[in-house]
Amino acid sequence: MNPFNLNALKNLKTYLPLLALTGLFLVSCSNDDDDPDPVNEEEVITTMTITLTPQGGGDVVTLQSRDLDADGPNPPVVTVSGPLLASTTYNGSIELLNETETPAEDITEEVEEEADEHQFFFTVGGSLSASTAYGNFDGNGDPLGTEFTLQAGDASVGSFGVTLRHDLKKPNDGSLSDAGGETDIAQTFELTITP
Amino acid sequence: MKNTFALIVLAFMQMSMSAQQCNATLSGTIRDFHDQTPLVGATVLVVGQGKSAFSDFDGTYRIEGVCEGTYEVELSHPECRTTLFRLEISGDMRRDFELEHHLEELEEVQVVGELLPDNTNTAQEQRLSTATLEGYSGGSLGDALKEISGVSSLNTGSNIVKPSINGLTGSRVLILNDGVRMQDMEWGDEHAPNIDINAADQVSVIKGAATLKFAGDAIGGVVVIDRERVAVQDSLFGKTLLSGMTNGRGGTGSTELTKTWESGWYLNGQASYKRLGDREAPDYILSNTGMQQLGLSLHAGKRLLNQGWDLDYSFYQADIAILRASHIGNVDDLIESINSGEPSVIEPFTYDLGVPRQEVTHHLGKLNYYLRLKGLGKLSVQYDFQYNQRFEYDVRVGADRNKPALDLELTTHTLKTDFTWDASGNLEVTAGLLGRYQDNFADPDTGVRRLIPDYQRYEFGTFAIGEYRLDNSWLFEAGLRYDFSRIDAKKFYRTSRWEERGYDIDFPEFVVEDLGTQLLTNPVFNFNNFSATAGARWQLDLQSELRANYALGQRAPNPAELFSDGLHHSAARIELGDLRIGNETSHRVSLAYDRNGDRWGVTVEPYLNFIGDFILLEPTGVEFTIRGAFPVWSYRQTDARLLGIDASGYYQWAANWETRHKFSITKGTDLNLDQPLINMPAAITRNEVIFRKPEWKQLLIGLESTYVFRQNEFPPNIFVFSPSEQQEVELEINTPPEAYHLLGLRAEMEFAFSGTLKMNTGLSITNLLDTRYRDYLNRNRYFADDLGRNIMLQLKFNY
Repeated sequence: MNPFNLNALKNLKTYLPLLALTGLFLVSCSNDDDDPDPVNEEEVITTMTITLTPQGGGDVVTLQSRDLDADGPNPPVVTVSGPLLASTTYNGSIELLNETETPAEDITEEVEEEADEHQFFFTVGGSLSASTAYGNFDGNGDPLGTEFTLQAGDASVGSFGVTLRHDLKKPNDGSLSDAGGETDIAQTFELTITP
Repeated sequence: MKNTFALIVLAFMQMSMSAQQCNATLSGTIRDFHDQTPLVGATVLVVGQGKSAFSDFDGTYRIEGVCEGTYEVELSHPECRTTLFRLEISGDMRRDFELEHHLEELEEVQVVGELLPDNTNTAQEQRLSTATLEGYSGGSLGDALKEISGVSSLNTGSNIVKPSINGLTGSRVLILNDGVRMQDMEWGDEHAPNIDINAADQVSVIKGAATLKFAGDAIGGVVVIDRERVAVQDSLFGKTLLSGMTNGRGGTGSTELTKTWESGWYLNGQASYKRLGDREAPDYILSNTGMQQLGLSLHAGKRLLNQGWDLDYSFYQADIAILRASHIGNVDDLIESINSGEPSVIEPFTYDLGVPRQEVTHHLGKLNYYLRLKGLGKLSVQYDFQYNQRFEYDVRVGADRNKPALDLELTTHTLKTDFTWDASGNLEVTAGLLGRYQDNFADPDTGVRRLIPDYQRYEFGTFAIGEYRLDNSWLFEAGLRYDFSRIDAKKFYRTSRWEERGYDIDFPEFVVEDLGTQLLTNPVFNFNNFSATAGARWQLDLQSELRANYALGQRAPNPAELFSDGLHHSAARIELGDLRIGNETSHRVSLAYDRNGDRWGVTVEPYLNFIGDFILLEPTGVEFTIRGAFPVWSYRQTDARLLGIDASGYYQWAANWETRHKFSITKGTDLNLDQPLINMPAAITRNEVIFRKPEWKQLLIGLESTYVFRQNEFPPNIFVFSPSEQQEVELEINTPPEAYHLLGLRAEMEFAFSGTLKMNTGLSITNLLDTRYRDYLNRNRYFADDLGRNIMLQLKFNY
């Protein structure tokens, strides 16, 4: 067949419906104007509340870090309800909440259910006279730390760091560097021990 | 032999006897199809009669004593494809013929050297041949492009390689895949082009926004990926490439088959698969750096001189694991990683792809039609559809462990048309229109706040470009383009972020609904972009030319630059876009001197790129959350100046010995702050000694040295409060690593088997000395060394 003999314009006509079709496709794909759904944020911890109850009775001390906008620009609001008493042993318990949801979701349960993948670490600053001990453990007997005891020593002022990690090495030597893993919480509190 | 001749004579005699009369005349004019100029020296042969004539200076021919009847007439010309016409000859017959003189649509497959014409005549353009691309069959497009002087890459590990042209990357580098602008979420630093290098036959890089035909916003440049033109002849051919590598303990297989017909029809299919396990640095396994990639493409169509169409479909899917140690919790972890010098997680080798990991899928469909109008030009219309799906998996716990942290679907439709008027011999003008609709959907089921919101984008563009050939040595080109784009997004902002950014004062009209702690907003922005280009080429002699070009390019901000807002988990950084960001405008002046001789050649390409309102992302501080402090990376605009030079050359020292040399340097300056720009590539030089012995099965041995200088110009580091150290510390987030030197060795041989089967073997070793190094433009440089030695064996079969 002679390629030059083709009536080119006539041939174009046969393609026109095809082009029209693609144009239609283009139009039909425009989205409806529905508003997107807000994301139901999971795994978010906004609030950590540590309740320190003196063994044998006394004033309960509460440490709290609350970051209602999570990854937003506002820093967490850190509060310490009052001083600790020297030479007193406190029973510590930690509660984790996701307050972006109403009602607030209790994350502590989730952490305790997956105890073998989580661990709290307590870091006592050099100037603070205190020590900690784990109060609860995972199924393998490795520490978890949603329950712990804090032994307040002499009167002093210093920092008390609380870190929650997941996907970490268990058992570990108790240091953050050996444990590795992912940080869920890293918060430091300024504590005062009064005589 | 004598008998054969006698037989032919007999056959001729019989034929002439069977025809009644042999006194007809055939005459006419032979012209070029495009510009209707007469063709001199074309042969007209009446097949079966042995009668022929040449066309003379005005293209006319005349054959006398032709026998009447229906005969095939063969037309041939040294610069045209031989064509057959069927004619019914009777009496004194006048018949004019047209021949395709340009050969551009009918390029033969086996043409040595350049397969396709240049995309620009006056700007800086460099290309990679099929052979070079085949050498990177087991690598990525970004790796291959680094063969071109002035092209570097922004890496996330070794499998995510984003090309960077003269220091510019991301949305500033347009990737044109077989005529389709890739819409594959190129705005992200860790989003590599969704391109299978095995599907490309040729790649060229145009530096700067000098090709208005494609776009006006390619301030960095354009990467043009092309497939071979199909020959209009009956043929069936294919190739298969197999490569294996030691680093990653995997390989790639790729195969391609093409069938073409004389009638202009063609069919082509290609498939490739790649699988790699954990990569290795000299001293340790880079845990979780494996990947798998699948590429498929199908092409069909009919290509004739005066019209044709193509229908293309390609599919790309890649699962890429990202270095486990690069997932960090907070700023303390980052400080620890930078200081420790070793990745925090090193596990035994595995092929498993863990987390963090990305899974990307790209579908591309294209329908293209062209029509050549006699003595006028060529019209083309193209519709393309792209669907890009991206999942990013992060280190998560519990029920969310296997849920992606990011799930984006990007759908794009583009309809474009252009007309090239090439009837005049020395002036060619192309004008076109483009319409595009894009929809991005961010799935809320991830349980993680959207980093990029749902949006719709509408684009409209129009352009006109022209080139004028004054004489054999001078050529001028110029172009203008206008683009409109509108982005209509629906985004949730935390109320605290909305206020912290001051949007409550500047954009209160965008708020659609107040949900208490967050706001649903509907930002809508329109952008108008103008771009222009002008240039000249001066052919000094047969081997050398000088090109000068000015390109004005304007780019509208991409969704990341406008809307980014949130914690990028795998990068442990909070990225903040800015709704106030507007267009950036580039003025780029470039020169190119090119000499391509037998013994030696050299290319020198200096440039100056002044970018007004340049958009950049840099670390600006930290934000505190309950999880600790995170570095904040913010987008801002400034005036920038990029000044640089790319040079390359070769010298043939003796029959078997050749050396090749490349050097490039870029200096980027933030003019407002009078400080260096972030992420500018360090100066680099590559030098290779090549030994060739064609007699020994086409033996080629090359030893290459790559020296990357230390980037001494970088913006200042930031100081952050480290909760674990309870004091301000310098976060060495911008400090570049030391200079490094790598050696590479390659050897190639070719074996011919029976028939058309040919086998090429290639052995190459990269990082021969297993040198420890880190690269400034690798985002994983804070966490681990780069790749150690890699031995690759490649087999290629052509059939």
